[in-house]
Amino acid sequence: MKTFRSPIETNGLYRREFEHDACGIGFYADIKGRPSHEIVSTSLEMLKRLDHRAGKSADKSTSDGTGIMLQIPHEFFSSVCPFALPSQGEYAVGMLFLPQDNVISEKILNDFYTEAVKHNLSVFGVRDVPVASEIISEQAKKAEPIIKQIFIQQVEQNIDEFSSQLYSLRKALEQKYKSEMYIPSLSNRTIVYKGMLLADELSLYFTDLSDERFTSSLALIHSRYSTNTFPSWDRAHPNRVIAHNGEINTIKGNMNWFNASNSSGFEVINPTGSDSAIFDNVLEYLLLKGVSLPKAIMMMVPEPWEQNDEIPFYLKAFYEYHSQCMEPWDGPMALGFTDGVQVGAILDRNGLRPGRYYITRNDKVIFASEVGVVDVENDMILERKHLKPGELLLVDTAQGRIIPNDEIKNTISLEEPYHKYLEETVHVLHDDSSAFTPTYSNKELLFQQKAFGYTYEELMKMLKPMALEGKESTGAMGIDTPLAVLSERPQLLFHYFKQGFSQVTNPPIDAIREECVISTISWLGEKTHPLQKYNKEKQKLMLHHPFLTFSQFSTLTNSRWNAVKIDILFPAGSGENGLTSALERIFSQVDQAIQAGNELIILSDQKIDDRQVAIPSLLATSSVHHHLIKNGNRSKASIIVDTGEARDSHHMAMLLGYGADAIHPYLAYETIYQLCAEQHITLDMEQAMAHYIHALLQGVIKIMSKVGISAIQSYRGAQAFEALGISQQVLDQYFTGTVSQIGGIGISEIARETLMRHQKAVAEIEQYDQTLDSGSELQWRKDGEFHQFNPLSIHTLQRAARSNNKDVYKKFVSMNENGPFTTIRSLLKIESDRSPIPLAEVEPVENILRKFKTGAMSYGSLSKEAHEALAIAMNRIGGKSNSGEGGEETERFQRDANGDSRRSAIKQVASGRFGVTSHYLTNADEIQIKMAQGAKPGEGGQLPGQKVYPWIAEVRGSTPGVGLISPPPHHDIYSIEDLAQLIYDLKSANPNAKISVKLVAKAGVGTIAAGVAKGLADTILISGHDGGTGASPRTSIKHTGIPWEIGLSEAHQTLVLNGLRDKVTLEVDGKLMTGKDVIVAACFGAQEYGFATAPLVVLGCIMMRACHLDTCPVGIATQNPLLREKFAGSPDHIVNYMYFIAEEVREILAECGFRSLDEIVGHTNLLKVKDEVTSHWKAKHLDLSDLLCKLSNNISHHPVQDHELEKRFDQRVLIPILETAIVNREKASLHFDIHNTDRSVGTSLGNLISKQYGADGLPEDHIQLHLKGSAGQSLGAFIPKGLSITLEGDANDYVGKGLSGGKLIVKPFNNWSIPQADAIIGNTALFGATSGEAYIRGVAGQRFAVRNSGVKAVVEGVGDHGCEYMTGGIIAILGPIGKNFAAGMSGGIAYIFNGFTANEDILPHINQELVAIEQVTFENEWIELHQMITKHCYYTGSPKAKTILKHWKQLKKQFIKIIPREYKTMTETIDDLQNRGLSYEEARLSAFTMKKEGKILENLYEIEALSSALQDSQSI
Amino acid sequence: MCRFLVKNCVGVNVMGHLTGFIDIQRENPAEQHPLERINHWQEYQKPLTEEAIKLQASRCMDCGTPFCQIGSIIQSNTSGCPLYNLIPEWNELAYQGKWFEAYQRLAKTNNFPEFTSRACPAPCEGSCTAGLPGQPVAIKNIEKAIIDRAFQEGWVKVKHPVNRTSKRVAIIGSGPAGLTAADDLNQHGHRVTVYEKDDRFGGLLMYGIPNMKIDKKYVERRIELLSKEGIVFKGNMNIGVDISLKDLKKEYDAVLICTGADKPRELPIDGRQLKGIYPAMEYLKESTKHYLNKQYSPSISAKGKKVIVIGGGDTGADCVATAIRQGCKSVIQFGKHGKLPMTRSEANPWPENPQVFTLDYAYEEAQSKFGMDPRQYFIQTKAFIGDEDGNVKSLETTSFRDDQSESRYWDADLVLIAIGFEGVESSLFPAIEKKQNKISANDVDFKTNHDGIYAAGDARRGQSLIVWAMQEGKKAAKEINDYLSKLQ
Repeated sequence: MKTFRSPIETNGLYRREFEHDACGIGFYADIKGRPSHEIVSTSLEMLKRLDHRAGKSADKSTSDGTGIMLQIPHEFFSSVCPFALPSQGEYAVGMLFLPQDNVISEKILNDFYTEAVKHNLSVFGVRDVPVASEIISEQAKKAEPIIKQIFIQQVEQNIDEFSSQLYSLRKALEQKYKSEMYIPSLSNRTIVYKGMLLADELSLYFTDLSDERFTSSLALIHSRYSTNTFPSWDRAHPNRVIAHNGEINTIKGNMNWFNASNSSGFEVINPTGSDSAIFDNVLEYLLLKGVSLPKAIMMMVPEPWEQNDEIPFYLKAFYEYHSQCMEPWDGPMALGFTDGVQVGAILDRNGLRPGRYYITRNDKVIFASEVGVVDVENDMILERKHLKPGELLLVDTAQGRIIPNDEIKNTISLEEPYHKYLEETVHVLHDDSSAFTPTYSNKELLFQQKAFGYTYEELMKMLKPMALEGKESTGAMGIDTPLAVLSERPQLLFHYFKQGFSQVTNPPIDAIREECVISTISWLGEKTHPLQKYNKEKQKLMLHHPFLTFSQFSTLTNSRWNAVKIDILFPAGSGENGLTSALERIFSQVDQAIQAGNELIILSDQKIDDRQVAIPSLLATSSVHHHLIKNGNRSKASIIVDTGEARDSHHMAMLLGYGADAIHPYLAYETIYQLCAEQHITLDMEQAMAHYIHALLQGVIKIMSKVGISAIQSYRGAQAFEALGISQQVLDQYFTGTVSQIGGIGISEIARETLMRHQKAVAEIEQYDQTLDSGSELQWRKDGEFHQFNPLSIHTLQRAARSNNKDVYKKFVSMNENGPFTTIRSLLKIESDRSPIPLAEVEPVENILRKFKTGAMSYGSLSKEAHEALAIAMNRIGGKSNSGEGGEETERFQRDANGDSRRSAIKQVASGRFGVTSHYLTNADEIQIKMAQGAKPGEGGQLPGQKVYPWIAEVRGSTPGVGLISPPPHHDIYSIEDLAQLIYDLKSANPNAKISVKLVAKAGVGTIAAGVAKGLADTILISGHDGGTGASPRTSIKHTGIPWEIGLSEAHQTLVLNGLRDKVTLEVDGKLMTGKDVIVAACFGAQEYGFATAPLVVLGCIMMRACHLDTCPVGIATQNPLLREKFAGSPDHIVNYMYFIAEEVREILAECGFRSLDEIVGHTNLLKVKDEVTSHWKAKHLDLSDLLCKLSNNISHHPVQDHELEKRFDQRVLIPILETAIVNREKASLHFDIHNTDRSVGTSLGNLISKQYGADGLPEDHIQLHLKGSAGQSLGAFIPKGLSITLEGDANDYVGKGLSGGKLIVKPFNNWSIPQADAIIGNTALFGATSGEAYIRGVAGQRFAVRNSGVKAVVEGVGDHGCEYMTGGIIAILGPIGKNFAAGMSGGIAYIFNGFTANEDILPHINQELVAIEQVTFENEWIELHQMITKHCYYTGSPKAKTILKHWKQLKKQFIKIIPREYKTMTETIDDLQNRGLSYEEARLSAFTMKKEGKILENLYEIEALSSALQDSQSI
Repeated sequence: MCRFLVKNCVGVNVMGHLTGFIDIQRENPAEQHPLERINHWQEYQKPLTEEAIKLQASRCMDCGTPFCQIGSIIQSNTSGCPLYNLIPEWNELAYQGKWFEAYQRLAKTNNFPEFTSRACPAPCEGSCTAGLPGQPVAIKNIEKAIIDRAFQEGWVKVKHPVNRTSKRVAIIGSGPAGLTAADDLNQHGHRVTVYEKDDRFGGLLMYGIPNMKIDKKYVERRIELLSKEGIVFKGNMNIGVDISLKDLKKEYDAVLICTGADKPRELPIDGRQLKGIYPAMEYLKESTKHYLNKQYSPSISAKGKKVIVIGGGDTGADCVATAIRQGCKSVIQFGKHGKLPMTRSEANPWPENPQVFTLDYAYEEAQSKFGMDPRQYFIQTKAFIGDEDGNVKSLETTSFRDDQSESRYWDADLVLIAIGFEGVESSLFPAIEKKQNKISANDVDFKTNHDGIYAAGDARRGQSLIVWAMQEGKKAAKEINDYLSKLQ
């Protein structure tokens, strides 16, 4: 029994391993190492001020856990312990969580005594830690441990050995008692107080902490936000060295790799620990083994060094050398750490968590996720800083100073001559010969292609574009084919696995715009142990990326590199059992090879012939990988996969994810060679192969960036996949650690599928028809794979809806119901044990229609006609349509003359924030945050310039003809507490709207949903993997996400378990087509139902799957006016269809004896597996019992969240005072003090203005707020015109998020000491801002003005990724810029003043992919810039601005201008056309048409030439 | 670390020409002027140039859901290709000028594209998605270009089966269904014999369709190929008469009946017994026989006659065209239905086969020659009126539309009845079970009530299109092959 985790008994889908946590962290230290109680008490106060980052359970009184790590308070213990203490440092204190059961507790304590002796230690005292149990919640009490402190000293004093003795003692006891006890800390330096306590409970519960005698010179604090609410005392942070905010995405791989090389003799990693705990385990171990704290941190969390030329060569060498032994622990991370002497912090390589710190004049350092957490007199502050990605903040209390980042890194990297080591031992495997010689004849090639399941579709639609264009091809409209386990056609094993992806708890990475953090390096050969000393004899092979070319592979096999080739084949005649014995044979061959000293194991299926069948390469790779992990040999050799089977990026990513070190996809190369020879690819083979590899690599990077992993080394073995349709037995044996929620096929079915393909190939190769089968994964073929939307079903549905013919609809339903098994729901039938009731007794159809929604499809992806038809239809029936991510014309907020409304009830907020303004949000009934999309979760999108017609640009605040980017992550959501903040923002922006969060089904979505529910979402939408899309990479459409049935069921079950089910409404979507689908969804827990593909079909969509091409022949997914004329749909058709569904729902309800849809929510006992399933050779192995597991059914039909609106600053302070003024249009100017706990200040006030005055707002400066203090997150978010906020002090993240016309001024307190270089606002300011002004006198954090589309702002310095994805507006920066400036910037202008930091070359910081760097030339630009700086000076009193204005004539030349090239061309063309007499609209349309027809191109080239000339002159 | 790999990537389209379907107009092949072509019996279409064909192929949208190959019956009409031809695939290849590959992908589903590209009414075009916003892709002409080129280049070769089995199959009837089945079964290695009751092989391809539409040399060319591949053709063998089916079955492991639906639908009205009234098929057959063998004197000719064709379908049109070439004095065609609308009616939406007005070759010829479209609509023939010699003289008709309409009288000395076929003669193979003039067998296993005896094509499904016949031949062949491979 797990004593400190209250037992959750479940046989459903919930699993503990899915849990995530995120948090607020901080430390407070005295640089000089002077202990004081003030450090303790202030840290505890800090914890309280981070409370909004912490999670609370449904009862709001139970915390997810808080904790504090301190130095051992010697004086305190001396006075409270009844026994004498040795001198400080010579004894250790163990903090113990013991079970309430006295017998076991006594036994553990006794063991402590005896084990201690074995370790040459002795226990000399035990202290009952006084606690105030009465203050904690019932839930926390359930799991409350007995807490004791145990005092230990050495038998023979040898202080160097002390730590390792203590470590061994702890490990011995941990291994004995596992989870029966828990030791938060056992150290002679530090002690941890933690528990399932709210921030303000920590010091009340542990009375020690409020004792004045309790002193420390440093404190590390942590406040946890977990995705669940299950009590667990041990999971609270800090661990023994660190406190962590974020999530380590690579944890499975890191753990496997570490364990593979662990020779310590005990379990260093506690496998049941969280990611943070595992990180802590390894870090602690490294420290114990003598690695210094900063060095260990640099090994585990290296900064991205590969592509950074500013890092000195010796430091690069340090990183490169250590990359051989440890892959980066990757993922969003703000890490505080201490060994009791040194204390420090670091961020992940991409800076995905915030970190701010103050240094005070009295030698204190305050570091935390936020500013304002400790009250410090302003004149006491020496420096205010952002912690930069990769930067190491290190306080050494022994030396009494902060060791600067550069110094510590230089010192460590110069400890040994790493660059010399590299020179001596590293060989780069270059692709030194371009020669490709085909190995196979045409016939042999065809045989192999057939045996490995190649199709014509794959050749032409997958391989050809990759080889030709160097990128993967795009598809549209999602997937509607059977799951691999249901398909009648043999599937590759790869297809049974779904890619992992990030949502909410951690962000995907934008691998394109933020390429600077991506690493693809791979090492071959025996892996160096992290603690191993340099050995000159150990030669290493380095690859720039894991794909071996033909010549590289030849080099490997024919050289001194001790490679051994092992066939991964089994005899065709041996049948299905042959596979298992072949694997055993391979294992023993591998073992022998390793024993013989081979470091390269090549697993090859090249020798496949009519008698030898290829083992699925994934099975071979993963099983060998795990075999070697189990026998401890994994680090001794690399696995190279030489396969004909793997060909697309999903295949490659899977091989890497399950342990392959390098891959040689020989058959893909041979096929490309053939395509070149046949002139399908009009390139030479060398180029084609390079393109193909490039596309693969980009694909793999995309796949790993979806889970937030940025280095292939870390992705390798990370197993970021879940299985769908594979039995647990196969997974446990060959894919250890992989999750499958529904079981599935065993090894004999896997063999059978492989044999089926092989036999067909053998039979067909002798026929005259020497062609490949068509293939029909994405394009329907009559004899191909089944598609739910096939010609007949499309036609039938359209006919039914157009003619309002219910009989025809019934035909559609029966086609759907009687078709082949495709989805989970197709395996289920509805069966009730109640007797039927008359139809008339069932709730009216209108009640049901209210629960219907249409899916998010943007205006832009859809034509105006289609988008409005959906809105009108849903408004007519009382349902809701969803705007999608693209804004909406404001005229649609007014009703039409005939009473119709074209306003979408749901407004979507996605990562691009297109068209999201205060007014837009005010006009929503529901605001949906899209975390992921079924067709491509974890990915962003791109609207190519050719589709940005003027009217689309207008709504989205961009420029016609200029492409738009939706980033993969929301740049204001890197973590669950960030999402909670966005929910808070949006609720402020429209308190009447429900806030919904859209998630995509995956294993673990339930725990995420629980976290989201705790973040106060009103509705959670679980989307299936099969959702449609306007454009998505083909491999993503197929291989990411899982069916909604599983995700929904897991979400429902987990919410029930957590007591959160009554707080949120569950919604579902993903190819819902019929009333039966609705009923199934309801039984799994859904209360609202979304439809998207089917309504489009009703409107005329014929599944062309060409949405991304703007050629939709039925005028739905196109903006082309010619094609829009062909639109033949009507809202009537949708209304008809929705009525059909609702009526069908009623009929089923009547049949089942229920009177309303609400009654069956969660009633999984209505669902039965169809009898026919048992006769399907694959489907019969599925186990749906977890899915159908029924939990208590007390579901409120009207869930309510308490948003505690009344506690918000706006509602509490601003609105009561200002409401009348706004109503009466009176001017106002008021002063307030604020704190970091006052968040989204001004947002709700803005909502009042937008509600009353529409999109135009009020006149400038109508309402003025003057604030003083440290503002909480999202200061002035979405404020509209007429509202101006001046803040004196500093602010946290998201200042001016979505600014919608308002004005923001942030300036330091008058008495700031060195104001110029200080950090004044946090990360991601002005994100998605659309209009307004901002003046920031100080340095902003990372990602300033990301996706700004219209704001004019002045700031005095920005962090990394400034102006990313910007599409409009003007930003003037009067100071330094961070890395990767202007990445993905497609519009607007940035002026950077380079005068104050003239020595620094800022050009390398600018990502020049889209932008040109220019001098300002035109007079009107000078005037505009001068005006902006004048205003900045006026509003903020900026000394910098003063200086610039004073010496304007000389200094103005120090400005450089950053302008996107495409944007420049388009705006200039539009201006030019207007000058020639065209109206604004005409000019925009003409310019767009010219662009589309390629007529502006010449002009564009000229500009490019010009700007590159300029750059040249600048760099000289 | 990977940027170095790709330099100067060339952008390419996914498909030939993305907006080809709106940018490029559909082009039909030029035809010889009607007044010229009625002087001979040759095919009259002039092939499009290679460039023109490529342009036409580029109009294909490469649909995600290509309706052109659905081969389904919607609202009792065929939509899409029953052979499931991989149309977008070879359209793209044709666009790229990869004619050999185009031929390979065409031949993958279609045994005889030279027949279908001439004689099929192209339901693929009726359901082509490009037809939704505009004009459908000229699929049939592209198909014809591909297969004509394949023959021209010598790509269509004699294919000897790799392995010969000892299994023997008899196929009764050498029409499209029989030939397709024969081809597939032969390629599976079985020993195939095709029996034909006529003197020449090809069934309707030979005698049912006039030479202008399918030049008989193409039929003979294919028969020759098939013979060389090992299929034995036996002509003038009327199974059931010359040999009994029972005896035939003794010699073979399996028999496939593909005798077509050659029992003409009759018009049992007054005067039917008069001379000068013939079923259309008899007339067309006589004509072709004469064309192929000038020595043969046909029993029916339209020369100098006033011809009336009863029945508004394709066979009727072929009668019109034949009559014109034979030098008739006048020709009129009666249709049961009204004139079709110029565009699709609301009740006939895409992807249903479009029921719209078209001017087929025969009508164009009649118009040119006689100055009028020969079609008369809503005509219900009430009686044939004869002269004293028992020759037909005129016809009495009323209107289908209006029961009360007054009778009209039409002069005629040759009347051709082209109102379709009822199915198989009831006397055919008495032991084989039939239902409503069709041999009883389903379209999944094609089995008759006798083990080892199968039926496919019009004999099974009733009068239909060449592509349905070929589809059935193909599917039946697969079933027979499965059956044979299980036989000891």
